[in-house]
Amino acid sequence: MKITVNGETRETVSETLGALLLELGHGEARVATAVNEAFVPAAARDGLRLAAGDRVEIVTPRQGG
Amino acid sequence: MPVFYGTEVASPLMLGTAQYPSPAVLAEAFRRSGAGVATVSVRREAGGERAGQDFWRLISGLGVRVLPNTAGCHSAREAVTTARMARELFETDWIKLEVIGNADTLQPDPFGLVEAARILVAEGFKVFPYMTEDLVLADRLLQAGCEVLMPWGAPIGTGLGLLNPYALRSLRAHFPDVPMVIDAGLGLPSQAAAAMEMGFDAVLLNTAVAKAGDPVAMAEGFSKALEAGRLAHGAGPMPPRDMAAPSTPVLGKAFL
Repeated sequence: MKITVNGETRETVSETLGALLLELGHGEARVATAVNEAFVPAAARDGLRLAAGDRVEIVTPRQGG
Repeated sequence: MPVFYGTEVASPLMLGTAQYPSPAVLAEAFRRSGAGVATVSVRREAGGERAGQDFWRLISGLGVRVLPNTAGCHSAREAVTTARMARELFETDWIKLEVIGNADTLQPDPFGLVEAARILVAEGFKVFPYMTEDLVLADRLLQAGCEVLMPWGAPIGTGLGLLNPYALRSLRAHFPDVPMVIDAGLGLPSQAAAAMEMGFDAVLLNTAVAKAGDPVAMAEGFSKALEAGRLAHGAGPMPPRDMAAPSTPVLGKAFL
């Protein structure tokens, strides 16, 4: 199905957010996530089923002021 | 040293982590300045670069308290979601709340700020609101549950200093027991000293250090200026006067 990850449309076979993170190589990385503008805690990622058209945001620690 | 939400920090200097020429310079600026708090953000990571993980290791090694921000958010909804992600990412309930109302001046949106603060406080966040120096806004943010206020000195990144000393003095006088941080707009250590002389508890800055010719020396300069200003405020400065007054006693002067 087609979803959007960090603003870019892509095809995925992952059925859950947890699986998507593994697919994208974020398995061990320190990231935080939101789907359709709503925060998804780490503990809820495996239970969150993705649907076509979902907008996924994956963020990491970065420099800030 | 300043106490925010019951936690004493090591220094009145809160330093940003963006725009440094290198990670090594950033780390040395923190070491030389003794800054007690580092501001950080959350951002998307381009595929495979892992810069976020490297940055996390760098920040973890500084031994300072981390204050994540919601920089770039233009609505309360966006800021709240960003704050929730930041809390998980940085494992802290401290959040520098930014809700930008004007893209040119980066002026905070006071209405969105209060709305987001109320939501985040209810969720247990310790909110540090980046705000204008408005007295009524300050009152609303305190009512929303903020225990720290962060009025701007000038628009972010300008280095213009304390543009509205009257309003800042008024804010300080109206809420004498609320910890207050001057956040944004400082360009020189003398401006930071002036903020401390007014009775502010700390300053938060980034560009003035990161974009200096020698960021490490500038970080140390700010640290020393803050200490000078803090001492001056505690010492009780003399009131200014218009007329001259001799400091040397007139009594006993020889008739020549």
